[in-house]
Amino acid sequence: MTTLRSTARQLAVAAKALAVFTLLLGIGYPALATAAAQAALPHRANGSPVTVDGAAAGSALLGQSFTDGAGAALPEWFQSRPGTYDGAASGGSNLGPSSPELAAQIEERRQAVAALESVPAEDVPADALTASASGLDPHISPEYAYLQVPRVAEARGLPEPDVRALVDDAVAGRTAGILGEPTVNVLELNIALLELDT
Amino acid sequence: MAGWLALGQFLAVALFLALVHRPLGDYMAHAYTSQKDLAAERGVYRALGVAPRSGQPWQSYLRSVLVFSALGVLALYLLQRLQPLLPASLGLPAVPEGLSFNTAVSFVTNTNWQSYSPEATMGYAVQATGLAVQNFLSAAVGLCVAIALVRGFAGRGAVTIGNFWVDLTRSLTRILLPGAAVGAVILLLGGVIQNFTGFTEVSTLAGGTQSIPGGPVATQEAIKLLGTNGGGFFNANSAHPFENPNAFTNLVSVLLMLILPFSLPRTFGTMIGDRRQGYAILAAMAGIFMLSVAAMTAFELAAADGTAGAMEGKETRFGVAGSTLFGSTSTLTSTGAVNSMHDSFGALGGMMAMLNMMLGEIAPGGVGSGLYGMLVLAVVAAFISGLLVGRTPEYLGKKIGPREIKLACLYVLAMPALVLAGTSLSFALPGIRAEIEETSMLNTGPHGFSEVLYAFTSAANNNGSAFAGLTANTPWLNTALGLAMLLGRFLPIIFVLALAGTLAAQGKVPVTAGTLPTHRPQSVLMLSGVTVLVTSLTFFPVLALGPLAEGLI
Repeated sequence: MTTLRSTARQLAVAAKALAVFTLLLGIGYPALATAAAQAALPHRANGSPVTVDGAAAGSALLGQSFTDGAGAALPEWFQSRPGTYDGAASGGSNLGPSSPELAAQIEERRQAVAALESVPAEDVPADALTASASGLDPHISPEYAYLQVPRVAEARGLPEPDVRALVDDAVAGRTAGILGEPTVNVLELNIALLELDT
Repeated sequence: MAGWLALGQFLAVALFLALVHRPLGDYMAHAYTSQKDLAAERGVYRALGVAPRSGQPWQSYLRSVLVFSALGVLALYLLQRLQPLLPASLGLPAVPEGLSFNTAVSFVTNTNWQSYSPEATMGYAVQATGLAVQNFLSAAVGLCVAIALVRGFAGRGAVTIGNFWVDLTRSLTRILLPGAAVGAVILLLGGVIQNFTGFTEVSTLAGGTQSIPGGPVATQEAIKLLGTNGGGFFNANSAHPFENPNAFTNLVSVLLMLILPFSLPRTFGTMIGDRRQGYAILAAMAGIFMLSVAAMTAFELAAADGTAGAMEGKETRFGVAGSTLFGSTSTLTSTGAVNSMHDSFGALGGMMAMLNMMLGEIAPGGVGSGLYGMLVLAVVAAFISGLLVGRTPEYLGKKIGPREIKLACLYVLAMPALVLAGTSLSFALPGIRAEIEETSMLNTGPHGFSEVLYAFTSAANNNGSAFAGLTANTPWLNTALGLAMLLGRFLPIIFVLALAGTLAAQGKVPVTAGTLPTHRPQSVLMLSGVTVLVTSLTFFPVLALGPLAEGLI
């Protein structure tokens, strides 16, 4: 009986605790932080948007597709890693290392990239063969970016050294020399390409 | 080259923790022992109607934990069911019953297993006032239970082990909320988003359209990591560029996951008045942590020599070493966040993620749960050592008698029983096996088996990461994993608090020439050995059916 009464009392305390902490942590904390973030760091708090000629063209943090409606690579753009780049549905393929489906996809991508870039199949870098974890990876490796230079230059009728110089500028090294991997942001590179071409 | 970079990154983490764990550990010890209340805390106690200086016997402390958590499950369940009525819900419908149950249990048990895709399921109201609140509360409950056990060791013939409501409040006001706020600011500076704008349609450069998501991500991300919760705001979790935009935020994420679990041994040492004992616990945790990170990194770097560079399911900006450091940390701390898809790791790299959880989340483990798990293993190790030399087993001046060792053994056995029973039933019951094979498993063969084994390992250890190809939003898995999470969280908590009560009631056995020391290197090795042996013997057969078989094909 005492246990029952004590549990009932605990239940009342628990309900009040849940209410108090929901107000503090579920409303006060995010509301205050959002107000502060919007005042102090609006660009970052709103997803690092990028604009082209004043119009919103996406986020510097989210990759985009540079393919036609059927998924075929558009030769005048640097290509992202394989994927659909759907901002409303992030995620990876989750295919395992022994998956025959993954092996087939990799082989198919290898042939497609080799044909597009006119290089031997064994020269296609790993990031061009594989889907990312987020499905929104904004980066490719510098190797993959340089591999695409001749094809992009030809498709746009631009001098190859000029396009290569764009990639040189776009390569970002490891953070503090040890963290992460060298990257090229494909959207930013393509915006620079657009500026060069106009 | 890749190995050296991985080492450099690891040393950066180790250096930071070495600098921070002492002041932070002492700060936490002070937070739980101080006789002074902050003004805000006094307000909370008045609102709750609790007397902050009254202690609770372990049974009463446990009842508070259970009642508070049960109410948390109910509230979170209702919040999801009522989603269409809530503001800022992006027009999303009510979350279905089975999924609501699974998710409510998942967040209250500090698991954060996600059977759903957040972008299409959870609006901002449920995320911020439901899921994120439980991120705070479940981590705070873990801290409370750990501190109660420490008080058990420190107590001398004591009847009470603290006041749950005070411990809960102080965990939030003095540790988790300030910590999360600092973490959120750093993540914001790194580029993590913080808004309530919903989805914005933009025209892409190549003439398509893209839906750019919004959300109060930085605030939720900070507590998701600091509280070793792990539930992503987005489906891709910490692989999503809006949750983890670059290598800097990736390192910050890893540090946020590790900072509290690696500082708690110091809190323990300070509170029992013998810091060497805290260092011994820390050494056992750090040793296993180091070996495990090295092993997963080595396995994935070896897999990267294969055809596709092991880059399936990994982000370019993190690469292999940034992915394995995060993956190891997340599975060793019971966080379960992912910045790469563990399902696509090499067979042995994926096995390490499972093995990390199978250790019982103690190196360094979740917030609070890591410390209490390791202390229970220390009791077992002290018991075995005592028997080996033929002396009455003692730990920290407390006799390890029949009641103490029974509680410790029940703790150790609960998790493996849940993992193995859940996995076996999934394949042994014909109707369920059909559902598992036809609906749930994405991959086939040993890897498909691993997806199910991983799910139960993750649930029973309250980790929350997944071999995410598994479709877990089915009646069987929502229910079975929900039960595994509940029992995997609260059975151990019952045993720990009972142990705390028993220990607190004992006096202190005086140290004599015959007392086995528990702070020396050999006792650290003994503790590490017991931890690893118990795990490998329990789980070796089942690992042989999954990742080991796959690695040998």
